[in-house]
Amino acid sequence: MPEGVSVLSREIYGMHMIMLWICTIIAVVTFGAMIYAMVRFRKSKGAVADPKMLHNARLEAAWTIVPVLILVGMAIPSVEKLIKIEDTSGSELTIKATGHQWYWQYEYLGTGVSFYSRIARDSDLARQKRSGIDPEGVDNYLLDVDKPLVVPTGTKIRMLLTANDVIHAWWVPDFGMKRDAIPGFINEMWISVDPDKPGTYRGQCAELCGADHGFMPIVVIAKPRAEFDAWLEGQRAAATALAATE
Amino acid sequence: MAHAGHHDDHAHGPPKGIVRWLTTTNHKDIGTMYLVFSLAMFLLGGLFAFVVRAELFQPGLQLVDPAFFNQMTTMHALVMVFGAVMPATVGLANWMIPMQIGAADMALPRMNLFSFWLLFFAFMLLLATFFVPGGAPAAGWTLYPPLVLQTGEAFPMAIFAIHLMGASSIMGAINVIVTIVNMRAPGMTLLKMPLFSWSWLITAYLLIAVMPVFAGGVTMLLTDYFFQTSFFNAAGGGDPVLYQHVFWFFGHPEVYIMILPAFGIVSEVISTFSRKPIFGYEAMVYAIASIAFLSFIVWAHHMFTVGMPLAGQLFFTLSTMLIAVPTGVKVFNWTATMWRGSISFEPPMLFSLAFLFLFTIGGFSGLMMAIVPSDFQYHDTYFIVAHFHYVLVPGAVFAIMSAVYYWLPKWTGHMYDMALAKWHFWLSAIFVNVLFFPQHFLGLAGMPRRIPDYATQFTEWNMVSSIGAFGFGLSQILFVWLIVKCVRGGERATAGVWDYQHGLEWTVPSPAPYHTFEKAPEVR
Repeated sequence: MPEGVSVLSREIYGMHMIMLWICTIIAVVTFGAMIYAMVRFRKSKGAVADPKMLHNARLEAAWTIVPVLILVGMAIPSVEKLIKIEDTSGSELTIKATGHQWYWQYEYLGTGVSFYSRIARDSDLARQKRSGIDPEGVDNYLLDVDKPLVVPTGTKIRMLLTANDVIHAWWVPDFGMKRDAIPGFINEMWISVDPDKPGTYRGQCAELCGADHGFMPIVVIAKPRAEFDAWLEGQRAAATALAATE
Repeated sequence: MAHAGHHDDHAHGPPKGIVRWLTTTNHKDIGTMYLVFSLAMFLLGGLFAFVVRAELFQPGLQLVDPAFFNQMTTMHALVMVFGAVMPATVGLANWMIPMQIGAADMALPRMNLFSFWLLFFAFMLLLATFFVPGGAPAAGWTLYPPLVLQTGEAFPMAIFAIHLMGASSIMGAINVIVTIVNMRAPGMTLLKMPLFSWSWLITAYLLIAVMPVFAGGVTMLLTDYFFQTSFFNAAGGGDPVLYQHVFWFFGHPEVYIMILPAFGIVSEVISTFSRKPIFGYEAMVYAIASIAFLSFIVWAHHMFTVGMPLAGQLFFTLSTMLIAVPTGVKVFNWTATMWRGSISFEPPMLFSLAFLFLFTIGGFSGLMMAIVPSDFQYHDTYFIVAHFHYVLVPGAVFAIMSAVYYWLPKWTGHMYDMALAKWHFWLSAIFVNVLFFPQHFLGLAGMPRRIPDYATQFTEWNMVSSIGAFGFGLSQILFVWLIVKCVRGGERATAGVWDYQHGLEWTVPSPAPYHTFEKAPEVR
């Protein structure tokens, strides 16, 4: 799992690693006991069964209560992190993403800037059945779009998610979060890219949405705040100019 | 007459040929039909998986188009869940429950036959969808709207097939409950009953509780499709997420419907080959019952990304974590059963031991997914695919194979080819890990599930996984060959078969006579 480039993704990564280690330790202990029993109590080595070993209240209570305690230990940090993840308050920018079969639409609410984002042409040609194009030769095969989403770094951004036809899900692994885009409903989540981590981040639709589910990538370019503001201003001017010509 | 009472009107045995199988009401015949049907569906579902893994062998689309790929994943799941695993456990229940509790047959033999043929025709209907315009269902086995409403002519056929399967399952479940409650031999109190029968008694209650919910859910899909009822359509005041709640209220107990009988089997087998009674018998029964209860209150952990309120997410994460407790009790009790035992490694034991290790791995990934923040990353990735295949393939399917190797001599009267069975085991156990373990890595690296083509960084592990799939699939040919060989002949099996036995099924000769326990046995 990527550690990612946001507060959330690091929290999630941390939780994942805690769980992975706890599970590994439990696995070593229980598998160790199983393997020991399998080796030590083999009939071929002359082991004789002890038919009186039927139950042991103290032992059984122990292996009921100890797991409960471990679970409580797991639950506390997970609940803390969850509360933080679900708190979308204090965001500075709201972007609405709408899932369509099979592309994304982004709107910067309150600015009039809105555009579609589809799979890049070279990926789309290469992914046709028996296209004869080697995917290895295509840049960011299946993970590239014609017009990426642009976001500012160091800013809490509220994402509103919905869909036009069927359920989709918006997911960029480096941002940590994934959430369904459901037709007729609006879901929200927040993302925030570290100020020192501008760059290009890629993801995909994560809910089966029909034949081309595998071909609606998400690309996000994170720019420093000033560069982003300039970009948004340019987009707004272009949108106004376009509206004027119509 | 008085002296030859057991040779009266049953003495002629079953009719010969096809008529026997069409008209039989004998629990052993019906059990055999279920098991053969299940094996056929296992191979067919495996074929679908073969197509999926062949397409995913390398990036780019080489073999099928995306729409057909989705039909393959959907039908693979429906066939494996409803056609392979569930009928296999029903077949085992039919064969073994009457013999374990000392009953002459199932309580409702005609209904028993009816539920088999309902299932058979349900699958003919489901498989026929490949030949109608638009092809088979392709919206995933979960049939989420609105996507499922884009299905073509196959839609009503699939829904009716599910209705028929549901009716069949409910009848099967009623039969199990009535048999166990009413037909136990004198002295066979509930808490003396073998754990396989116990696990099925609880499974049967789960089936009766949730199958109607699923039937209701898909009926609402049907009326949305044909009569615009808008249960799941926001434009008409409905909610697509409502379907997911209804589905998973069925779907989560459903996974326990598949795994509880496996728990029962593994308990029997580990005890037999450790030559020691099961450790903590009562705790095992209570653990099954608590897992069954908890299965009703955890469903929304399948849908943490739909945007539930915080309170809902907290409830379902905590209730889900609780399931680890009774499951842990079972794993520890199985280990304690082996402790100070006298263990030997016959094929049934090998499969049960593989179950013990590999199911536990599936349990660990399940626990990780119960943690909501991390689940936001895992959800709908190959990590999930790896998880549920670990609990279902080296979990449920290995337990079923263990049961087949355990009871096959009792069914056929012949010992099977032990060397071949061990080959089958080792090939299956190795390849199943080659197949599914890399899928954990794929999921964590960010590969979504249900995609026919992938970005090039996922290539290596997909290749490994596909090689594992081909190896695992081909290994199953040994299984089929072994069963055919064993049915045809082999060394005669004794009544006890194994050198440590527990349970009434080992008191009757091998093969088990067509009618057993016409006079109820006495249980001390």
